[in-house]
Amino acid sequence: MIEMRFHGRGGQGTVVASKILADALAKEGNFVQAYPEFGVERRGAPVFSFIRIDNKPIYDKSRIYAPDHVVVVDPTLVEAIDVTEGLKDGGWIIINSDKKPADFKFPAKFKVATINATEIAVRNKLGTLGAPIVNTAITGAIVKILNLTKLESLLEAIGDVITIKPQNNQKAAREAYEKA
Amino acid sequence: MKPKKEIKKVVFQSAEEMPTMPMSIGNMLWNKTGSWRNIRPEIRLEDCIQCGICWKFCPDMSIEIEAEWPVVNYDYCKGCGICAEECPAKCILMVEERK
Amino acid sequence: MKKVIMGNHALSYGAMLSRSQVIAAYPITPQTQVVELLSEMCADGTLQAKFIKVESEHSAMAACIGASAAGARAFTATSSQGLALMHEMLHWASGGRLPVVLGNINRAMAPGWTIWTDQNDSLSQRDTGWIQFYCASNQEVVDTVIQAFKVSEALAIPSMVVLDAFALSHTYEVVDIPDQAKVDAYLPPFNPPYRVTPDDPRAFGGLTGPEHYMELRYKLQKDMEKVPEMIERTGREYETTFGRYLGLVDDYLCDDAEIILVTSGTAGYTARVAVDEMRDRGLKVGNLRIKVFRPFPFEIVRRLTQSAKKIAVVDRNISYGHHGIFAQELKSAIYGHGGYKPVFGFIAGLGGRDITPASFREVVDTTISHERSEEEIVWIGVKK
Repeated sequence: MIEMRFHGRGGQGTVVASKILADALAKEGNFVQAYPEFGVERRGAPVFSFIRIDNKPIYDKSRIYAPDHVVVVDPTLVEAIDVTEGLKDGGWIIINSDKKPADFKFPAKFKVATINATEIAVRNKLGTLGAPIVNTAITGAIVKILNLTKLESLLEAIGDVITIKPQNNQKAAREAYEKA
Repeated sequence: MKPKKEIKKVVFQSAEEMPTMPMSIGNMLWNKTGSWRNIRPEIRLEDCIQCGICWKFCPDMSIEIEAEWPVVNYDYCKGCGICAEECPAKCILMVEERK
Repeated sequence: MKKVIMGNHALSYGAMLSRSQVIAAYPITPQTQVVELLSEMCADGTLQAKFIKVESEHSAMAACIGASAAGARAFTATSSQGLALMHEMLHWASGGRLPVVLGNINRAMAPGWTIWTDQNDSLSQRDTGWIQFYCASNQEVVDTVIQAFKVSEALAIPSMVVLDAFALSHTYEVVDIPDQAKVDAYLPPFNPPYRVTPDDPRAFGGLTGPEHYMELRYKLQKDMEKVPEMIERTGREYETTFGRYLGLVDDYLCDDAEIILVTSGTAGYTARVAVDEMRDRGLKVGNLRIKVFRPFPFEIVRRLTQSAKKIAVVDRNISYGHHGIFAQELKSAIYGHGGYKPVFGFIAGLGGRDITPASFREVVDTTISHERSEEEIVWIGVKK
């Protein structure tokens, strides 16, 4: 079983990112469970979402405390909170950032990857310049780095879930997949 | 007034013969509640202003409008007197029922 | 067709596939998405139903009662304070023998103001005469709504389909959405023997004197007693068509278990993870997840707990001044059947506090290390 945690800010589509990933994984016959932070969401406040992936039914309905990997949708959160809390040794920290992985000072037991999802989103006209919607781009990078699904399954899932500019979103995910 | 069908109180002797739902056994087409009445409304149509307030207020829908004038349906009117109380023209009188 | 959907939408799909004809509901966190999706389905014609917007949950249930009395299949959904506000109307639905189906998202009662899960909202409605199903997965939610209509309409008793706030309501899982044509064959249109109609005018729910009231209640109880058999039969029928059995309980490794965990809701699934771990350690532990709370499945619970040495009930609820509510039920179920058997009552997870595999390890450790329960309630995870 793989357990992951997404860090974002309310309104950035963090929950949708885990939903898209769940859809893509389900298309390939996996069992998935995706859920948002239990509670009230406020725009701009740090929020979480979670996903469990397995090749057999998932019975554990408790929350995820020790994820295998974490995804940081909003780079400013790296300074604001401890995104590595409970992260298992050898786990990936995938960050939406224009910096290089070495620019981040995380303990050596974690692996760090960066993807400039913001730049990809802006170029594909997703959201606005001030508030780009980066969730689809970042799923492309996740799928590549963790080797979770085929790109085609992800693009199909984005087509199913996203109703506004689905093609731009698919293009963004593809670009991130290729860059990551 | 049409002849009244005699209303017999039904008491079931077993649960089995009772309907599952709590509902009237009687059909309201023959269970005419007008027999409950001891005073009856009488409308003096010469003073009626056709406002429709009696028709609107009757809790048993026993005042009908026929050709724009109110008519009491004595089959169902229980004689509560709300129509007489509410009538702004005071043209409805409650009179003793003559048995 | 497989789809990744949230628990709330699983309720919506269940209501849609059942071809609900009237939906009347009022939004409340964490239930809102249930009726949000149903209203969209009504608007775009996916579902041929009348969607009635109401000003309160009391009115929502009143509208469902009217619709059901007129012969329409009626569905609503609510949670917590909303269910509490419906309380009076819940009696009208069951007393009136109207097979309304209600989705309730288990949310703890305020104050302190809360939106997180526990079962005190639905268990407070224990004696209203409703069938209560507790679900542990989104698949079970879709399937149970369809089955609930079938059972309810056969016996003229309303049903509540209950799921945990967030742990199910907002959790996305893969769900096999049943085929509409197959659901239609399983669940034919609602056709009650009596209904409110100008062709046969009757008074419903009128004054009932002491000479008849008791018989009406006797009949409700007698029909409630037929529910377990009806659930097993319609559950097997469902299995024939859809490949998934819908029974009264979900028993996991109970046959040879020395300690049986008795659970419900999503915690009843998490318990299986703990049981697997403990089996690996050589501990003979089983899990009995109660799916139907009302009527309480006495017979099957007695049978499955027969050979166990100890029973550990984990309640996500409390009856103040007594115990956890499932613990009471368990004790009353096994009393007088096969000698003394210690029942340990644990309370965990109130107000959305997480119940984890570690919680069940603590439960089993306590049960193993004591001959009998020293306290009526053993609290798990409370900061005493």
